Amino acid sequence: MFTLSRIGGLSHLLAIYQASPLNPGRHSTLNPVAPQAGNIEWLYWVIFWICFGAFVITILVFFTGAARKYVRQATPLPPIKEHPADGIAAWFVGGAITVTVLSLFAVLFMSIITGKKVEGATAERNAVTIQVTGHQWWWEATYPNWQANLTVTTANEFHVPVGKKVVVLTNSNDVIHSFWAPNITGKRDLIPGYSSAFSFEVDKPGIYHGQCAEFCGLQHAHMGFSVVAEPEDQFAAWQNQQVAPAREPTTAEEIRGRTVFLTHACVMCHTIRGTDAGSRVGPDLTHMGSRRMIAAETLPNTRGALAGWILDPQRIKPGSRMTPNPMRPDDLQDLITYLESLQ
Amino acid sequence: MDRICGERAVLDVSGLPNVAFGHKNVTWLANVLYMTIEGTMFALVIASYFYLRTRSTDWPPGNSPPYIWFGVANSILFLLSVLPARWIQKKAPSGDRAAVTIGLFILAIFASACIALRVYEFTTLNCRWSDNAYASCIWTLIGVHSGHLVTEWIETLVIFGVSLTDKMEGTRLADAAINSDYWYFVVVSGFIVNFIIYATPRFL
Amino acid sequence: MSSHSVLISEPKVIPTSDSASRLARTWRQPSGFWGWFSNVHHTAIGTRYMVTAFIFFLLGGVLAAVMRLQLTRPENNVLGPDAYNQFFTVHGSTMIFLFAVPMMFQGFGVYLVPLVCGTRNIAFPRLAAFSYYLFLGGGLLLWIGLLTNTGADAGWFSYVPLAGPAFTPGKRADFWAQMITFTEVSALGTAICIAVTILRHRAPGMTLNRMPILLWEKLVISFMVIFAMPAVMVVSSMLLLDRLVSTQFFNPAVGGDALLYQHLFWFFGHPEVYIIFLPGTAIVSSLVPVFTRRHIFGYTLIVLSVVATGFLGFGVWVHHMFATGIPQMSASFFTAASLVIVIPTAVQFFCWIATVWNGRIQPKLPMLWLFGFFFVFLIGGLSGVMLASVPVDWQVHDTFFVVAHFHYVLIGGAVFPMFAGLYFWIPKITGRMMNSTLGHWHFWLFFIGFNLTFFTMHFLGLRGMPRRIYTYSPDMHWNALNVVATSGVAFMTAAILVFLANFFYSKKYGELAGDNPWAAGSLEWATASPPPHYNFLDLPTVNGREALWDAEPDQAIVVGLRDDVPEVLVTNSLDSDPEHKEETVGPSIWPFLTSITVSATFVGSIFTAWAIPYGAPFVVITLIGWLWPRGHSPMTREEAIEEYSHG
Repeated sequence: MFTLSRIGGLSHLLAIYQASPLNPGRHSTLNPVAPQAGNIEWLYWVIFWICFGAFVITILVFFTGAARKYVRQATPLPPIKEHPADGIAAWFVGGAITVTVLSLFAVLFMSIITGKKVEGATAERNAVTIQVTGHQWWWEATYPNWQANLTVTTANEFHVPVGKKVVVLTNSNDVIHSFWAPNITGKRDLIPGYSSAFSFEVDKPGIYHGQCAEFCGLQHAHMGFSVVAEPEDQFAAWQNQQVAPAREPTTAEEIRGRTVFLTHACVMCHTIRGTDAGSRVGPDLTHMGSRRMIAAETLPNTRGALAGWILDPQRIKPGSRMTPNPMRPDDLQDLITYLESLQ
Repeated sequence: MDRICGERAVLDVSGLPNVAFGHKNVTWLANVLYMTIEGTMFALVIASYFYLRTRSTDWPPGNSPPYIWFGVANSILFLLSVLPARWIQKKAPSGDRAAVTIGLFILAIFASACIALRVYEFTTLNCRWSDNAYASCIWTLIGVHSGHLVTEWIETLVIFGVSLTDKMEGTRLADAAINSDYWYFVVVSGFIVNFIIYATPRFL
Repeated sequence: MSSHSVLISEPKVIPTSDSASRLARTWRQPSGFWGWFSNVHHTAIGTRYMVTAFIFFLLGGVLAAVMRLQLTRPENNVLGPDAYNQFFTVHGSTMIFLFAVPMMFQGFGVYLVPLVCGTRNIAFPRLAAFSYYLFLGGGLLLWIGLLTNTGADAGWFSYVPLAGPAFTPGKRADFWAQMITFTEVSALGTAICIAVTILRHRAPGMTLNRMPILLWEKLVISFMVIFAMPAVMVVSSMLLLDRLVSTQFFNPAVGGDALLYQHLFWFFGHPEVYIIFLPGTAIVSSLVPVFTRRHIFGYTLIVLSVVATGFLGFGVWVHHMFATGIPQMSASFFTAASLVIVIPTAVQFFCWIATVWNGRIQPKLPMLWLFGFFFVFLIGGLSGVMLASVPVDWQVHDTFFVVAHFHYVLIGGAVFPMFAGLYFWIPKITGRMMNSTLGHWHFWLFFIGFNLTFFTMHFLGLRGMPRRIYTYSPDMHWNALNVVATSGVAFMTAAILVFLANFFYSKKYGELAGDNPWAAGSLEWATASPPPHYNFLDLPTVNGREALWDAEPDQAIVVGLRDDVPEVLVTNSLDSDPEHKEETVGPSIWPFLTSITVSATFVGSIFTAWAIPYGAPFVVITLIGWLWPRGHSPMTREEAIEEYSHG
């Protein structure tokens, strides 16, 4: 019992720590893993302390002034006609204005410098380029290559090599979205009719969460993505795996599953390269078995979650463009087996 | 309870006039503010027009420019209409009701002619508002201006109607003069809108 | 100066009981049900704005409370995505368009400006009445939409392409866009009335240099409205046209542009928040002298700051668009502008501090709310400095950090001064003081609740929580902070209930206020509480910035205006010298009738473009009824010649 209560106490402390402002959390602007986010975090703290100082001084002066001139009397005093101390006050006001102007200049100066560092160069030859296109409510990612058959097309999970520059080109298929991975860098809006470029390099290997940050309709809340930063050789391996067409089904279930896929509504929206399914309405599923999560970072990529998602996506993401797909249980199981085989 | 203000100073305004003409009139000021509002709206649509120009490669995109001669004719009519408008403003302060009535009548004739020409302008813009952003802009410009033109025509007619009654004195005469100011606004905004619609597609 | 020079004449005996009853008869406003719709006196219209706006404040608050309930737990099911989207859109639109501007600018402005100017009614009283009805119509439109599940759901700024015809079918976005038309026409009408009153109807002697800061602020705000509202009119009309008749302003496929919407909207949107904030500073600058018992320090500096803010407010709009991919150097110009605009507000803060430092403060309830304003707005302004920095904004834009910022500046900069103003001026409006103990409870409950809810949101934003999400995943570690944020709702709700109880109780049983319970210096305190319909028995003249404090012992009153017709004095804009007299209008049903025809046309045009040609003739008829001359017997030709020969 003693042990239990100590564990309970520790977990309470952990919960409090996790909730407190002190813990930046995994998806946070204050937990940078890239120099871009790192520079912004530095700038944020500098501006914060300047503002904090301004706040403390202003409040202290104001409330000290109020306290010293407090008169406890209900009936109003006669208006003061002479103000001999106003001349001195004028000097202080002038000084305060000067300090304010200088501080604001400092903020401007540091912002411009930091902004240039963060914006960086997007024309590097050696960079990995990702074309990100926003859809309601998922992310299409293409890694363009001058050789067409080496172009990677995937969705919602972006792999990048650690330490190497990544350039992101933006576009949108429908409404305005915003690509935001706070650990990595600031956000950039994906605006239909516009293409812009921004860059980053991730320093630490890991999986970093991102989320759409421009209201885009019913499932804006469930439009997440992840950036998987891995060593260069692993990244190259991933790329090679992604450009290959879909793995041929080997077991009986997988073959049956592919038939289910090709004879149901799935082909209306999804591509599996190497089959006849070529629609670009929904995410490319050629290698969906290798992804950690489904439905734009809403559910884990497990058999159970996939089953629930395929049968009735509207229950999980009401308003999403994917219709319910009622089917026989063994068809569903074969389909899932096939999809999981698409590594 | 009477208050004896034996020591009270007073500012006696009983001798002041009851009406003012020109910029001293309060309605004049309100009219200026309304023209500012509507002018700002025009300016913003025009700014949008130029902004959208930067987003297209050719201009007008896929259309031919609007047929120019109805617009030119209307611009000339606008210019001439300044005469009766100015005449009303000169005659109103002296209380010459007959002159003001005639002036309003002539102004209303001009406004009717401008509206008639405007109908022809609509049919020869060489595009439909739903074709593209360029077309939407010029239709909006000419449409909003037509709204002002029609409103001003109705206002002129109403004041003309008042001028036929015995209520046409004092502030009402000042109103007739202020109506001319609004007519100038219709004329100037008309010139600018015509320039945008008829001239700019030919050189932008 | 014309030959009609105005004289300081010999002292006269003025029998007041007679003139009071004559004035009361001349300026009476009708009573009864239909009389309500004909009332054109500014005190009635101003009170209507305040009451209606406060009701919308409560309604918007209810939406926010339900949203907070939904966000308390991850994957919660209080509201689904469709309902949540309607709630936050209608919450934001209600608070900005149906509460903040109608209360702060239209309500306080229409009520106070003629009194502070020392005149009998607002300029263009029928326009002022008409503007109120349109505001009410816009509010009804938006809320009927929500209550019939066709509420606007694309956010209070309703970006395209989301709000365009392709992605928001039905009439939701049209209700929003037309609500904008209603409220924008209303605000423009009020701006004209207020600007003309301030420029041409001030008491003699109230030169620009002696004008109370409240009037300076309302004048600047009126001009901001005149230049900013057309932008939102243009952009909401473009949205309506795109949706209704297939114009292509925002369709990139045929030359349109999604960012055009944002430029036009924020060109209005940023001045809009100053249109909301400057009335707050107007209240502060009006109350600080009263409660420090001295003239405000730095009058000229404050006036210049207010004017500067009015201009600069139009130069910062792109700071709402830093994440759209514009080049960083262009963006930095707007950082510079957004930081420069801090300076005039800082100047005002320093002047208020200097006034406090060199004054004498007596503990009064409105002053407590000013302390609250100081604390809360300062935090909001400083988080604004952070947001002005482009790289920081790239991280926290569209997160709860921004939500925290704007609630601190809007609630701090408008709601706290509003409550200060309400406690200060309700005794003038109703004639009875409000209860101070309940007022203190109201303050502390609200202050604590507000900070609990909104300070927490800074952390949520820094930890990656975006705006406008109806739910979130449990492994984002946002749970506990969201619980804290929701806990503030209980405090704020209790606070508002205390205020309402105080208001209704005090209206009947509060201590009688008398003319000037605060011994203040401005002219609204020179008449009874509540003021009669003729405002002042004797129209005042003015000798200094605080009219009552600086008055001479025998400060002149204005005589010579007729009291058998509603006549007002028109003065010169700069020096406020009397120039001419004008007969203003009495009660009229035409503003109400016109608002019906205009509203029907506006609402009809959401559904079909034919509403405009069909509705316009009715609008014209009601406008002719409105404008057709009435009034006293016309002058004979001889009188007219005599009149005009002096013109």
